Amino acid sequence: MTTGIAFELRSTWALMRRAINEIARVPGAVIPAVLAPTIFMCGLAAVFGNLTQLPGFTTDTYLTFILPVGFLQGAGFTGAATGVNLARDIELGWFDRLLASPAPRGVLLAGTVLSASLRVLMPITLLMVVGLSLGVTFPGVDGLVIAVLFASAFAAVAACYGAILALKFKTQAAAPLMQAGMFIAVLFTTAYAPQELLTGWLQDVARLNPVTQILEAIRQGFVGEVTWADTWPGLLALAGLGAVMVTLAMRGLRRSGE
Amino acid sequence: MVAALGRRSVRQAFRRPQFLAPIIVFPSLFLAVNTGGAGRAVDLPQFPPVHGFLDFQLAGAMLQSTMLAGVSAAIALALDIQIGFVDRLVAAPIARASFVLGRLVATGVLGVLSGLWFITIGLVFGAEIHSGVPGALVVLALVGLNAIAWGTIGAALALNTGSPAVAQGIFPIVFVILFLSSAFFPENLLLEPAKTIAEWNPMSLIANGLREPIISDLSWGKTLEGLGGIAIVAAIGTVLCARGINKKLRSA
Repeated sequence: MTTGIAFELRSTWALMRRAINEIARVPGAVIPAVLAPTIFMCGLAAVFGNLTQLPGFTTDTYLTFILPVGFLQGAGFTGAATGVNLARDIELGWFDRLLASPAPRGVLLAGTVLSASLRVLMPITLLMVVGLSLGVTFPGVDGLVIAVLFASAFAAVAACYGAILALKFKTQAAAPLMQAGMFIAVLFTTAYAPQELLTGWLQDVARLNPVTQILEAIRQGFVGEVTWADTWPGLLALAGLGAVMVTLAMRGLRRSGE
Repeated sequence: MVAALGRRSVRQAFRRPQFLAPIIVFPSLFLAVNTGGAGRAVDLPQFPPVHGFLDFQLAGAMLQSTMLAGVSAAIALALDIQIGFVDRLVAAPIARASFVLGRLVATGVLGVLSGLWFITIGLVFGAEIHSGVPGALVVLALVGLNAIAWGTIGAALALNTGSPAVAQGIFPIVFVILFLSSAFFPENLLLEPAKTIAEWNPMSLIANGLREPIISDLSWGKTLEGLGGIAIVAAIGTVLCARGINKKLRSA
């Protein structure tokens, strides 16, 4: 049976499992991506921790303020790594065999990008364990659930972005472009300081960058109460980014098969 | 032969974005986000007097760039080992250490180019080199030497492991070393335990040596401290590198 929802779900799951198997089989390639967000969180907190002395800062502990950035960094790195893996599959000819299979294009994309949503649970689990042990404020169950769901969804969006570039350039040499794109998306936001404390051009860029809304939705439970007012802009930004990225990735997939 | 291998390595860096991106693109992005995100830090009472936060950050960006140049050199050398290029050089009638020296020359050149890049974008975006042209030349010399010092660490890593993946995996460690130094923020404003570690980290000496000509008058004391820090890194790298070359020659 090669049609129907059940087949599509099975195919999607098989592709997700393949991506997740890599964690166990090539741990050396995964460890840096898992450790990097935690290293950045601890490092940035140690370096810029005294910024909380500035009037207008929304929390007393910089670690609490910066931890949600780690969620998005983890998601961004995971998404970029998914793009690199797809480029490797294209280089090795494995992806051509998938294109020749009866699986619909949407399933190939879903299997690839949804694996990122699962893989991101590793870096964010490590972030939470290290963060809480260093005194980060627990965001409450609702805050944590929102943070994890938003980070997982953002990992899928980031993986779509990686897939777009992998399908366009068909080489792992595009990796820096994938990583740089995520770096800009995540850090050109209110990552380091609240909006009014950013300086110059970054204040304007952060205001226009939709990832700022996603970051603020993830951050809300850590620095205050979870509210619908802080959640819906993040949802809207995720939906908008997701729609654009999925459309572009599907177009790339269709062109690959031509 | 060393010059020819050096030219090959520089061309390789410019042809492959994976090698050039860590040296130029990521430190530039990090410089941009640090300056825009933490620029109000200059309002903190304990912050040293500077023309602007960008001036203060330039040294950190150059340091990051040269350290990552060393890691990129490690990846490139490990790839050369993997494809058998180094074995052919070892079998050729040339000095045994040529393949390492060529890579180090290239890393030094890339370091100076990255220094020029950061001084240029610094000036374009409003930074000032307080000590003028002599200060800029001192900065470029320190950046080039630091790149060579980190090149020895990179070469040692490649020779002792022979694995590009292991070399790639050292990227996060570079950031740990940088965060635990005064590369991005004044030592007195770091939080513990980073503050104490930064006092002992030779990278703080190099960062302060690079920064001094940018934010104030040229001070030979700070420059010599910077050279001292570079010498410590180079000494460690050279010892490990010599061990790696011997290992490679025994196995060839």
